[in-house]
Amino acid sequence: MPERAHAGLARLRRRPEIWLLLVILLVGGVFGVTARGFLTLPNVIDLLETYSVQAIIAMGLFVVLVSGGIDISFAATASVAQYCAALLASRVGLPVPLVIAAGLGVGVALGCLNALLIHYFRITSIIATIAMMSVSFSLLMYFSEGRSVYDLPDWWTSRVVFLRAELASGDIVRITLPIVLMAVVALVTWALMTRTSLGRQLYAMGGNPEAARRIGIGTGRLTFFAYGYLGLLAAVGGMVQAHRVGESVPNAMVGTELAILSAAVLGGASLTGGIGTVPGVLLGIVLLAILQNGLNLLGVSPYFFQIVIGITILVSTSITVLSSRRGRRLRQLGGAPAHG
Amino acid sequence: MTEEQPFLRLSGVSKRFGGVQALDDIDWEVRRGEVHCLVGENGCGKSTLIKAVAGVHAPSAGSIEVEGRNVLPLDPGRARALGIQVIFQDLSLFPNLTVAENIGIEGALGGALRPVRRARMREVGREGLERLDFALDLDALVSDLPVAERQITAIARGLAARARLILMDEPTASLTRAEVGRLLGIVARLRQDGIAVVFVSHRLDEVVEIAERVTVLRDGRKVGTWPVAEVDQRRIATLMTGVEIEHEVVARDMSAAPVLLEVGGLSRRGEFADVSFGLRRGEVLGIVGLLGSGRTELALTLFGMTRAESGRIALEGQPLSLRSNRDAVRAGIAYVSEDRLSLGVVLPQSIEDNLIVALMQQLKNRFGLMPPARRRALAAEWVRRLAITIPGLDRPVQTLSGGNQQRIVLAKWLATGPKVLILDSPTVGVDIKNKQGIYEVVAELARQGMGVIVISDEVAEVFATCDRILHMRAGRIIGETVPGAVSEHEMEARIYA
Repeated sequence: MPERAHAGLARLRRRPEIWLLLVILLVGGVFGVTARGFLTLPNVIDLLETYSVQAIIAMGLFVVLVSGGIDISFAATASVAQYCAALLASRVGLPVPLVIAAGLGVGVALGCLNALLIHYFRITSIIATIAMMSVSFSLLMYFSEGRSVYDLPDWWTSRVVFLRAELASGDIVRITLPIVLMAVVALVTWALMTRTSLGRQLYAMGGNPEAARRIGIGTGRLTFFAYGYLGLLAAVGGMVQAHRVGESVPNAMVGTELAILSAAVLGGASLTGGIGTVPGVLLGIVLLAILQNGLNLLGVSPYFFQIVIGITILVSTSITVLSSRRGRRLRQLGGAPAHG
Repeated sequence: MTEEQPFLRLSGVSKRFGGVQALDDIDWEVRRGEVHCLVGENGCGKSTLIKAVAGVHAPSAGSIEVEGRNVLPLDPGRARALGIQVIFQDLSLFPNLTVAENIGIEGALGGALRPVRRARMREVGREGLERLDFALDLDALVSDLPVAERQITAIARGLAARARLILMDEPTASLTRAEVGRLLGIVARLRQDGIAVVFVSHRLDEVVEIAERVTVLRDGRKVGTWPVAEVDQRRIATLMTGVEIEHEVVARDMSAAPVLLEVGGLSRRGEFADVSFGLRRGEVLGIVGLLGSGRTELALTLFGMTRAESGRIALEGQPLSLRSNRDAVRAGIAYVSEDRLSLGVVLPQSIEDNLIVALMQQLKNRFGLMPPARRRALAAEWVRRLAITIPGLDRPVQTLSGGNQQRIVLAKWLATGPKVLILDSPTVGVDIKNKQGIYEVVAELARQGMGVIVISDEVAEVFATCDRILHMRAGRIIGETVPGAVSEHEMEARIYA
């Protein structure tokens, strides 16, 4: 039994989530001491809301990464979906459900277009999605001429508060729609990936696509699901982003690709597919959020933050690689007497 | 009716790929619960045959019956539903998933939103392993398991999917003798459960041990099926190749030759410890030991890929400090890896490109460029010297047979003019005819004065090539013999003891 517990501990130690959690606690502790106002409930809730859009989209990206692909076009997809919905709401004046359905539909369609290119035309996912990013974003800029939509209807921009509390300090904290949506999306994604047949098949396909095909997994269907799901969540993220800022700016989401991808990789999602967890990706977002916010509160230049992100990613991924390599070397000799 | 109906019956099955007749009018039966061996050299049609049975390739002609019912047209899903499971050589496992998840994966297919219960998956995993009477950590990642345990996971997955016939493609190719023994035990259990097992192999030793019947294929045709008791290994080898093959001991006494390579007290933590030996000019030295005995790790250190933590290496009396494999190549040490497919050659590149890689320095003219005509001439010369059969220098290496690929790798290193050549398991996956060819090349190189180290766990192989044999276990050299001083059988017993 102690051996089993030991094996369990060893396995735990190899989970990137654990390391990430430790780093977060460490960084959070340091900022808690050095940056005034960092470890307060209002600041934490504010952070949650600020990063809700990134977290929602990261859930979709996570599914694509697990399936063994990658998508660079999601920020462009989010912008296109958001802008189309904004036009339908403000210029055409469609009713609420139709606007939302149209926005989500655009997202899913763009995601499925990626899947089509990847599955039927056998274009490498990174190439296909870079091309799609370029095409869909440029189309958006061409037709919108870069003009923002400021007159979004009230139902879209007015704040939805689920829970409101006044603290002893007099600060008011609110649990708002973006936070709730983020929680729901994370929960649904987690359940989908760990508790359904579909999730198992996605992990299987990401781990060994040929073997997946041989046991009769329909890889085409899964590809469409993964990219379609990311398209859907990108559209959700895009519309939530407009909800938060109260307008639709065509290029507002551009540039978030790398931050979201970094968060997913930090959280242990493998770029080669088949590996990653929802809590890991969320922790990745959390780490990036507190780094940015903490350094901000300390008055450090935003450029410095980019350096910190880069170094954090390099260090965390190297640690993962190095620890697994050492494990392999020791295993080799440890396994030898067993043959005798 | 005395004759029981077979589980699987193929009648007149043929398969053409373009102009190649891969299978030619095959009649074949597998009985319920029998252990059947399907043997033949590489390219004889074994793989095509199992793929036809697994529903991967549709036969161009003929019929396939399972328990008397025609099952064509067959697809992989239908074949599995009929209880036909193929364990491919690559095992087709999911390295990122746990043992339990791999075994239970088929139960987790079906409706997309169907819930998957972890507890259920673990249960299926445990049942599968229990039927094999084998304990494995259900939560271990498959990527962390040694090959033998991965294979057991794959077999358990087949059982979990209610297999009635399991076809194993080259199941022993990457196993040590002890692991093969364990696998044979598992096969015996499957037979008790009434599950038929077909072993597909080009190695002969384990064929005789477990099978009831053996079927030999050659050039896409069935040579015949015999009860194992009626054929011996030599006869099977002859049936497979159509030629008689005779291995004889070639050991010479080289103790008078000058020492070429001297290794003293070489150690590297976790890999090997206190390794000392000498290699003489023109000598072929065998290092035998199981996978994990440190033999490959030792070779990598001699080739400068890893650094020893203590000890010394001297070449022709000069101490060597190898910081990288480039240092080793410069000093005159060449290494041909065990895994020729992934490490030794760049498969999609042309034969010429592969041959030239190791020669770049030599080929550069004074402008640092490589004239194409010289490249071509040099490549052609090596193809001729090693008698490699090729369709053309510009063809990708992957179009060649295993033995010819091996020779390409060999040529690549010989072209650097090494003094010491290290061959790691040089004939793994190579068929009998080509093996003999490689042995001849080794002997010829030694005659020219090169020192050759052959690393292997096939005793027959070191007996057929080496002058002297070192025995390695758990990172140490524990014995030295001369082929012929002990019998092959005795030597095997020592290695696998």
